[in-house]
Formats: sequence, C-alpha cells, structure tokens
Amino acid sequence: MTRRHGERLATLLIRVAGVSAIAILLTIFAFLVLEGTPTLGEVPLGDLIGARWYPIEDYYGLVPLVLGSLIVTLGATLIAVPLGVTTAVFIAEVAPRSVREVLKPFIEILAGLPSVMLGFLGIVILAPELYSRLNLATGLTAFTGALLLGWIAIPTIVSVAEDALDAVPRAYREGALALGATRWQTIWRVTLPAARGGVLTAVMLGIGRAFGETMAVMMVTGNAAVIPRGLGALFAPARTMTATIAAEMGEVASGSTHYHVLFLVGILLFVISLAVNLVGASVVFRARTRAERILS
Amino acid sequence: MITPLRGRRRRSQWTQRLGFALLTLSAIITTIPIVMIIFVILQRGLAAITPEFLFAFPTDGLKAGGIFPAILGTVYLTLLMTLAVAPLGIAAGVYLAHYAPATPVTRWIRVAILNLAGIPSVVYGLFGLAFFVIFMQFGTSILAGALTLAIMTLPVVITTTEEALRSVPNSFHVVSVSLGGTDWQSVRRLLLPQGLPGILTGVILGLERAAGETAPILFTAAAVYLPRLPTSPLDPTMALPYHLYVVSTQVPGMPPGIQFGTAAVLLILVLAMNLIATIIRSRARARRMW
Amino acid sequence: MPSLRQTIARWTVWIAVLALLTACGPASGGGSQGGPTGTIVNKGSDTMVNLALAWAETFQADHPEVVISVTGGGSGTGIAALINGTVDVANASRQIKAEEIADAQANGIEPMELVVARDAIAVVVHRDNPIERLTIDQISAIYSGSIDNWAEVGGEDRPIVRLSRETNSGTHVYFLEEVLRKGEKDNNTLFAADTLLLPSSEGIAAEIVYNENAIGYDGLGYVTDEMKVVAVSKSPDGPFIFPAADTVNSGAYPIARDLYMYTAGEPTPQAKAYLDWILAPAGQAIVDQLGFVPLRVAEAP
Repeated sequence: MTRRHGERLATLLIRVAGVSAIAILLTIFAFLVLEGTPTLGEVPLGDLIGARWYPIEDYYGLVPLVLGSLIVTLGATLIAVPLGVTTAVFIAEVAPRSVREVLKPFIEILAGLPSVMLGFLGIVILAPELYSRLNLATGLTAFTGALLLGWIAIPTIVSVAEDALDAVPRAYREGALALGATRWQTIWRVTLPAARGGVLTAVMLGIGRAFGETMAVMMVTGNAAVIPRGLGALFAPARTMTATIAAEMGEVASGSTHYHVLFLVGILLFVISLAVNLVGASVVFRARTRAERILS
Repeated sequence: MITPLRGRRRRSQWTQRLGFALLTLSAIITTIPIVMIIFVILQRGLAAITPEFLFAFPTDGLKAGGIFPAILGTVYLTLLMTLAVAPLGIAAGVYLAHYAPATPVTRWIRVAILNLAGIPSVVYGLFGLAFFVIFMQFGTSILAGALTLAIMTLPVVITTTEEALRSVPNSFHVVSVSLGGTDWQSVRRLLLPQGLPGILTGVILGLERAAGETAPILFTAAAVYLPRLPTSPLDPTMALPYHLYVVSTQVPGMPPGIQFGTAAVLLILVLAMNLIATIIRSRARARRMW
Repeated sequence: MPSLRQTIARWTVWIAVLALLTACGPASGGGSQGGPTGTIVNKGSDTMVNLALAWAETFQADHPEVVISVTGGGSGTGIAALINGTVDVANASRQIKAEEIADAQANGIEPMELVVARDAIAVVVHRDNPIERLTIDQISAIYSGSIDNWAEVGGEDRPIVRLSRETNSGTHVYFLEEVLRKGEKDNNTLFAADTLLLPSSEGIAAEIVYNENAIGYDGLGYVTDEMKVVAVSKSPDGPFIFPAADTVNSGAYPIARDLYMYTAGEPTPQAKAYLDWILAPAGQAIVDQLGFVPLRVAEAP
C-alpha cells in the first residue's frame, strides 16, 4: 500500500514541478506588470515617447533607450551572425576531427565567460585602444559594446547552428557529392539550406542574447541617452535599456514614478525578448539530435 | 553531350579552396579573442593570487588584502541556488521527458520554458527585487539572491534534464516495466541514474552561469563591503562578479593587481566548472550502456 | 574505480563539510569591550563610499561588537533606502530634497541630517589639455551643449567629450544645480544629451586618464596626478581658484559642498556612537587623509 502511495506522491510532485515553469513565468510577468503599469497613470504617454531620458527631472522619454539597445544589438548582430554561422559551418562541415575537439571547448569557454569580466577588459583595454586606433572622440561607444556583445552571442549561434547542420541527414550530402558537387557546393546549396530553419533559430537566439546583456554594455557604452542619428552613431556613446535598469534601480524609492517607469522598461525588455525567442523557436528543427549533442 | 568539366571543375575547386580558407579564417577570428582574454587575465592576475588574497578580507577600502568574503559569498549563493533549482528543475525535466501527455498544456509548458530562457538577466533582478526582497520581505539577502538565480537557471536545468532522459533508450523503461516494476520505480532506479551525467552537466553549466552573473544579484543580495561573513541566509553578502565590478569601476586608485587578481579567480572558477562538466560528459560517453 | 554515484556522493559530502566549517567559522571573537553593540547598515553616496569604508574599518577595529556594512550606489540610492526603511545611516553628497522628505514622512520616517565633512568638486581634464582655467559660465555652457569644441574656450580643435556621474549621484545633482544652473532656482538647463553617464568617480577618472577630449568633475578625494585640475572662477576676471582644503573652508572655491549622513529619526545607540566618533578628531583625521575637507582642523600635528 505505502509503495503505491509513495509512487502516487512522487508522480504528483513531478507533475506539479512540470507545470511550475508556467507558474513562474506568469508570476514574473504579473509582478512586472503590477509594478510597471502604474506608469501609464503617472506619466503621460506623450512623455514616454519623448526624446529625453532624465528621470530626476521627470523626463521619461524611452526613445533614446530603445534606440540605444537597438543600435548596440544591431552592431552585435552584424558581428556575431557572420562569424557565428561561418564558424558553425566550419566546425560541422570542414574541420577535421582533431580541430573540432579543440575548437568546441573553446566556444564553450567563451559561453561561460561572465559579462562583467568582459566589461572589465573592455574598460581597461578595449576602450582606450579603440579611442587611439580609430581616432574616436571617446572609446566608450555603442561599437565597443557591440564588439563585446558580438562575442558573447557567438557561442549561442555556433552551438545551435551546429546542431542544426549536424541534423541534416548524411544522405543529403552524399547524394550531392555523388552527383559531382564539391564539398563547398554541397554546403552552400544543400546542407545549409536544409538546415536553414535551425540556423535561423540560432541567429534569433543570438540576437536575443545580445539584446538582453547588461553588465558589459553598462561598463563600456558610456550610458549617454542620445537618439542615434545615422550610422556614425555606432561610434558614439549610447544607453541601453538593460544598462538603465541596472544603473538606476538602486536609487529609486519603491513606489515612486521612477520605480514604475523602470519596471515598464523591464516589461519592454521581457516582451521584446519573448517576441525574438518565439520567432526563433517557431521554426522547428529536429529536437532529437540535441540530446545527442548534450552528451557528446 | 557531356559538357567539358575541366574549366568549371577547376573553378569550383578554387572556389572551394577560397571558401574553406575563409571559413577557417572565421573560426580563427572567433577563437583568437578567447585565447587573448584568458591570456591577458591570467598573465596580469595570476601573480596576485596568493593564499592571503584568497583567504583574507579586503582592507584599505578594498585596495589591499584579499577577496575571501566575495569568494565565499559566491559559494553560498550558488550552493543555495542549487538546493532550490535542482529538485524543481530535475523534477520538471522528468515530467517533460516521461510523464507529459501530448496536450496543449504541455506545449504551453515548453513555450514557457523557452521564454524563461530568453529573459534578460536584469529583468530577473527586477523580479527578484519586487518579489523576494520587497514582497516576501527577505530584504537584500543571500536568500533573495539565490532564489533569483535559481529561477534564472531553471530553464537550463529543465531542458538538459529532459534531453538527458530522452536520450536513454525507451527499451530500458519497457523492459523494466515488463519485468514487473512500476512506472516510478523505473524512473527512479533506471532512467534517472542513466541520465544522471547529462543532468549533472546541465546543473554544472547552470551553476557556472549563475556564479558569473551580476545583474540578478545587484539589487537582491550584493554589498560592496561587509566586515563580517554572513551568518544567516537573510544577510547580504559580497560576491565575486559584483566584487569585480566594484573594483574595476568604483574605487579610484585600485591597484591593477587586485582587479586582475579578482578577474583571474573568477576566470579559474568558471574554467574549472567547465572542465568538470566536460569530464563528466566524456566519462559518461565512455560508460554509456547504449 | 569508484562509480560516478560514489564520486558524486563523496564530493557532496566534502563540499557540505567545507560550507559548514566556514559558516561556523570564527564566532564573534575578540573580548567584549562594553559599549554599543549591533549592526549599522550604511548606504549611499559613491563619493563618500571610500570615506565610509575607511570610517567603518577604523571604528570596527576599536569596537568589534559593532558590525557596519557599507554599500555605495549613489546619494539617491542611500536616501531611497532611508525612505524605504532599509538602512540605518544614509550617506549623501547632496542635501535631501523636499520631495524626498515628504516621501519619507509619508512612510512615517523623519530624516535627521548631520554634516560630516566638506568636499570640493574639482573640474578635471586630460593631463595634456592646454586649458588652465574656466569660468562657471563656461563650464555650464560646455556641459549643457552650447559649447562643443575645445577651441571655443581657447584650447585645441577637438570635440568636447562630457563626462558625468549617473543621475543617482549626489555629485551629479549638486553639479547640475550649482554649476549648470549656477545656483539659480528657476534655471532649467539640463546636461547635454550626449553626456556620458559613468558609474562612479573611478569611471570618470579612468576615462580622463586616456581621453584628451574629455572634461569631467569629481570629488577632490578622487583627483590623481594623472589628471589635470582646472582653476575655476565665478566671473571672467575674478580670481581663478584651485580646489583645496583651505579654499573650501574659506569659501573662495566656488564649487564646494557639505557631505551628509542621514538617519531615520533618532539614530540607534550604535549608530549614534558611530556618528559621534565621526565628528570627533579621530573620524575627521580620516576625512583629511582621504582628501576631503574636515569640519574642523585635525588636532594631531
């Protein structure tokens, strides 16, 4: 009898645990909404789409922050996607086994490097270097942030894209080669198109990763809430939404307008990441192989 | 009507050589900064890592002495976090791998996990502040920080547990049940142990990320300087990543040795966890029974 | 060879033992000296954080029964924590604002103010910048964006990169009110939108050291030999003064301010003892050591 009860209890607990993921997600969203929506009552909508973010004087324009996040993420994407996808192709299709065994751990190490450590190196080494080599007004720019973010996002792109490429049945490649294609032609005309769903997922996940980064950008982008004008703005300072929350959250009295606005920014971050991840995951690729990747 | 392939074939051979060279270049460009980062941090920081550095308190406004409270704080945070996330995450992974019916609810669960995985870490910090620090009234504490980190790590643990369990061949379970075992017995005595290396890898990789994260603990647990070690989970604590942030941006006249030393300790910690996970993974592959 | 499970079990035991040992670690050691006991949570101004750290370290060395935890985050953070009731002593490099007092009173807290030291805000530029002196009007125009190039104030033809503290910094607010707005109550000038908001005084210092285009402001205690301090005057012909302890105390240097510690109503006994000690010669000597301006001349020779 007790054994059956034990079994029932265990099964019940497990089912509860399974549903807990939804519960947690909903709770997070609920609290963000709870603390963020009072903003709409306290700050007129016109102010929120204003051009100036200066909360201690009640300027709550979110536009510079959103655009700041955008330009840094864009820069990071332009760096991470080409490097990430081509490195994934290299690992999956070109590299000899010995090279692969060395390269993959390195990518994993990169994935584990804390962003505050990269931000530290950014302040101490990267910013002064960029200042002198590129003759910029200052080394603390959106571009500096984009460089750091780009490398932070690369492991995400590489691992998911590589999974996708590995999932392409060997028959595809063998068929193409049998018909006389070179390996290069096979990669670009057969394998990659077959894996494009997974590669797209990889890219979206990488973008999401870059978009959500906090510490590294806070330390190197200068945190100036400007509205980026033109492409040159990439080499000027910017202020991201994530850095704004991290820098200002400590200072706000709980329940004040500023507090609520920061939670609103949090809601924005949540919603945008949600959108990016959903787009990425809506392209399904064979999940079965991922298990083998984890254990191999 | 066979087209002479020689010209075209030669061109495509050259295209291939060029293409492969570019791919190789890309991999090199990706890897070189990683090597440089590790090299620079270790070169400038390793010398600072003395027993005193590791086991003494900071003095002189953090500009001298050691970083012991920060190291211990990170240990406390990650230990408590693991206690919170491991049971819940592994159970949820077991659910998804084994018990979940193919219903819309299950799909919503997977969507929820996917989204949890993508939330920026600073949003977790916000939630931790609003929920654990203020609403639950834990205050700025190890408890609030660890729980925030736990929620952040949950998706990783769930996903890797599920995949580790899925990789165990179904025949194991079928045979166990056909020999008279109950479902739960099969899970507990067969599936979980067989999937354990994969689960462990996921937990350790989650730990590695949590140990290095600053944003979630910024408003929930971290203090710049505490003269005594925390004595209860409701005390605030120093932590390694936050300490690196403080010594690299908040204190003027900070000797680079302390900065790079702190970075080096953090780096070694992260690399060690990476190594452990890799070892577990390869040993598991060698011992795999299928 | 031990199985994976045995290895894991062994490791877990070791880690648990280690954690237990360190937690039980040094119990409240040191003989009891009588006097105040308890904790003091101290939070706030980044300008004052090094001072607060030095005070806390020295005070605790003599009074091991008192535990003081120090965190920065900016004057705004400290005062917010005071309003939230989560801190015993808040450090601020600016005065508490009327709205903040109202917020505190709404929470049933009556803030009590104590001036603990004085400070000068130095205007700093890169070591090789030829500029030697600036008027308040010029600094205001630079920071508000009206002046964009060093050539306009007599320097080289370079863009001006404005460095500032974050908005939660008391130094930032003080600079906004007394320099950008020249102390005028109804002046609404703001920092230029492209002003870099750096996390702390050290952030400004790190940037000034390598960036020849930059101008920044920092508490006197954060000025190092690697930067150049600019002499400031209220008027174009008036005397251009460098910040120092004597020019602050004599009132000659135009950008000087008090540093405050706030408590929620009457301080707790241990906090009171701590604050009394800070105002005494022992505490003020530390103020002097760190480059701030003591309230009274230190008595030790």
